[in-house]
Amino acid sequence: MKNKSLIFAFLLTLTIHPVSAGMNDDPILASLSLNQFEVTDDDEDTVIIDLDAWVGKDLNKIWIKSEIELVDGDFEETELQLLYSRGFARYWDVQMGVRHDFDPSPSRTWLAFGIQGLAPYFFESEITAFVGENGRTALRLDFEYELMFTQKLILTPEIEANFYGKDDRELGLGSGLSDTEFRLRLRYEVRREIAPYIGVTFARKYGNTADYAKLTGQNYSNTSIMLGIKLWF
Amino acid sequence: MNNYSPTRRQFILGATTLLAAASFSRFAGASENGTQSVLQGNQFNLDIGYTPVNLTGKDVIATTVNGSLPGPTLRWKEGETVSLRVKNNLAHDSSIHWHGIILPTDMDGVPGLSFDGIKPGDTYHYEFKLGQSGTYWYHSHSGFQEQTGVYGAIIIDPKEPPPFQYDREYALVLSDWSDEKPEKVYAKLKKMSDYYNFQERTVGDLIHDLKEDGFRATRAKRAMWNQARMSDRDISDISGYTYTFLMNGQVPASGWTGLFKKGERVLLRIVNAAAMTLFDVRIPGLKMTVVASDGQYIEPVTVDEFRIGVAETYDVLVEPSAEIAYTVFAQSIDRTGFARGTLTPDLSLNAPVPKMDEPIILTHGDMGMSMEGMNHGDMQGMDHSSMKGMDHSGMQAIDHTSMGNMKHARHGSHSTYGSGLAGFGTAASVIHLPSEFGPQVDMRADAPGNQLNDPGIGLRDHQEKHGRRVLTYADLYSLHPTRDRREPSREINLHLTSNMSRYMWSMNGIKFADAQPLRLKYGERIRINLVNDTMMNHPIHLHGVWSELETGDPLHIPRKHTIIVQPGAKISYLVTADARGTWAYHCHLLYHMLGMFRAVEIT
Repeated sequence: MKNKSLIFAFLLTLTIHPVSAGMNDDPILASLSLNQFEVTDDDEDTVIIDLDAWVGKDLNKIWIKSEIELVDGDFEETELQLLYSRGFARYWDVQMGVRHDFDPSPSRTWLAFGIQGLAPYFFESEITAFVGENGRTALRLDFEYELMFTQKLILTPEIEANFYGKDDRELGLGSGLSDTEFRLRLRYEVRREIAPYIGVTFARKYGNTADYAKLTGQNYSNTSIMLGIKLWF
Repeated sequence: MNNYSPTRRQFILGATTLLAAASFSRFAGASENGTQSVLQGNQFNLDIGYTPVNLTGKDVIATTVNGSLPGPTLRWKEGETVSLRVKNNLAHDSSIHWHGIILPTDMDGVPGLSFDGIKPGDTYHYEFKLGQSGTYWYHSHSGFQEQTGVYGAIIIDPKEPPPFQYDREYALVLSDWSDEKPEKVYAKLKKMSDYYNFQERTVGDLIHDLKEDGFRATRAKRAMWNQARMSDRDISDISGYTYTFLMNGQVPASGWTGLFKKGERVLLRIVNAAAMTLFDVRIPGLKMTVVASDGQYIEPVTVDEFRIGVAETYDVLVEPSAEIAYTVFAQSIDRTGFARGTLTPDLSLNAPVPKMDEPIILTHGDMGMSMEGMNHGDMQGMDHSSMKGMDHSGMQAIDHTSMGNMKHARHGSHSTYGSGLAGFGTAASVIHLPSEFGPQVDMRADAPGNQLNDPGIGLRDHQEKHGRRVLTYADLYSLHPTRDRREPSREINLHLTSNMSRYMWSMNGIKFADAQPLRLKYGERIRINLVNDTMMNHPIHLHGVWSELETGDPLHIPRKHTIIVQPGAKISYLVTADARGTWAYHCHLLYHMLGMFRAVEIT
């Protein structure tokens, strides 16, 4: 089990002195971030979880990224990425690996290649290209900014956009710009690692994706209020 | 303190009757509160071990020497040979380094360079002859033990009487304490480098700036920081959020207390034994005459305030002439807390505790950027104008033998006159090596300032604003004539580098683990030029030999063991490689030194 040995390596670094006579400036560290754990105000009982984890050193890390959407206790969307991440510029990491979408059905598997980092003017950025089976391609952009009202009260506007190379009728995804989500979250850092938040999400589908949604009687645009907590260690 | 009460008294618990007695001494009517025990002589037994402490209301375990925090003050005599048996009762390797003491390499106490370290349960026998006098200190050079309490003061009494007189003396050991485990602090900084910074720019600041300066000026002022993705409020990596600042092991609430009699001259030997905190020290109501820096006598200079870098020591004379109490106030450079003491003629007297100064905002100059067309912020009073183009003065024209005559003019002469000659700093231009480019380095100073006349960030306007004369390195002149008058035969250029957000620290972009040792030839006289390509102050410590800071008088070059390199600035000093062996050379900020470190081999 790769995970087990990673966890073991992590525990080992906690118990031994990472810095002794040998001056280990770059110990193996691990981090777990629950970026989003939220409920929304819509009629269905929706729970959204965005959980990331990494283990590694300054410039080389293994990342796990997951996004889960539960509606009435059922997995509506489940996405998992396993990535190798390498720092290549002062604020940028290149990341590559695989992504598997467990839900909705049918599942999809992608190769992922992206960059993640801090753009000028402090925009947290994630740009990832995906290549799937049968010539499927996708591109995801995600930008986030932190506006500090006080040292602990922070407003985070975030925009995410998904593009697809071709239609995926089974999943109701159209080629081109498929959907965007604009999120505003206002969090209060009780301490650095613990921050409850309230927020609002404006989601919108475009092009064929919007048409598919209309055909099945779904909304192509949606605004929801959410209540959640952000945790990391 | 008015709110001082026995129930809130904070002192070392545990089996340290010694220190507990010291803490109680205030009530027993003794003269001092928190003055360390002093061990005198030439034979010492020191035990490094675990001691429960409660400094913040929480019971935690410190690592200590002989059960006290700080460890006992060691009082030696110049010319004698001291013998120290250091026993390690910790579960990890340990060591003691005698900071600033010139000694054989195997006595220097740096695991991996001088010796193998002291294994748990083992005793290492240190023995060396003292060829110097003054105020120094000792600390563990293993892991993060210095952060958790393994440090103390050293006083070496001179063979000859000192060049000044005093009636009473106190050693004041400044330090920073955290209840958090240092390994955890280090991990937090790696994950979120601004974890401890709660002085970041807010929307309120933006609105204020827009109102005051207008849109264009505000945008211009912020453009560089925004593009560089750095914070102009980034002063200390670790702040008062987790640190409690100590004076002789006393928290600010209780404070250290020292007695004086009106009219006495009191010598304060101030040691910065903190892991990460530079302090700005003053005693409202009293002038301080600085008589020694890093243990070495300097020409006395009278100031109201001085900055003490981590690991530096300053000896100052004060003459309290009134029958009142005075506060010895040491605020952290990031203004998130302070260490405090009281000098008083009477234990019933209290002195008001001053407010801390405003938090510091960095300028473009602190990023090593040229100042033309930039916002000058609080840079007034600094001689930045001559920084560029200072490197090609006609130095050959200077008659070397007549330099003693320059003494009277030396304060104005740092910029061009004599540049390149011993005592005046380098004439070399600043070059960034290819190894400085990569994900491990986030900035390079393009036009690093000459910092000698610069009191440093947050102190530059104190003369104008508060009428406080602040010490600068340009004030330091050795009382004794320079011993080695040779010109440097070569120069070593080192850049202090980092990627702050990844929390990686290095020299020339190469961290210690990947670096080759610096090699010096025994007996050679060289110059080291340091360029600070980061926006933090770095106190740089060279073991084994003196760092002779070039402050503008070749005949009175002050000898130091630790030299602050200011953000975005450069500084030069001379080194005579007169001690064979392998020596450590590093930033003395404990969480930087893991990477910002070099071995120096003198053969």
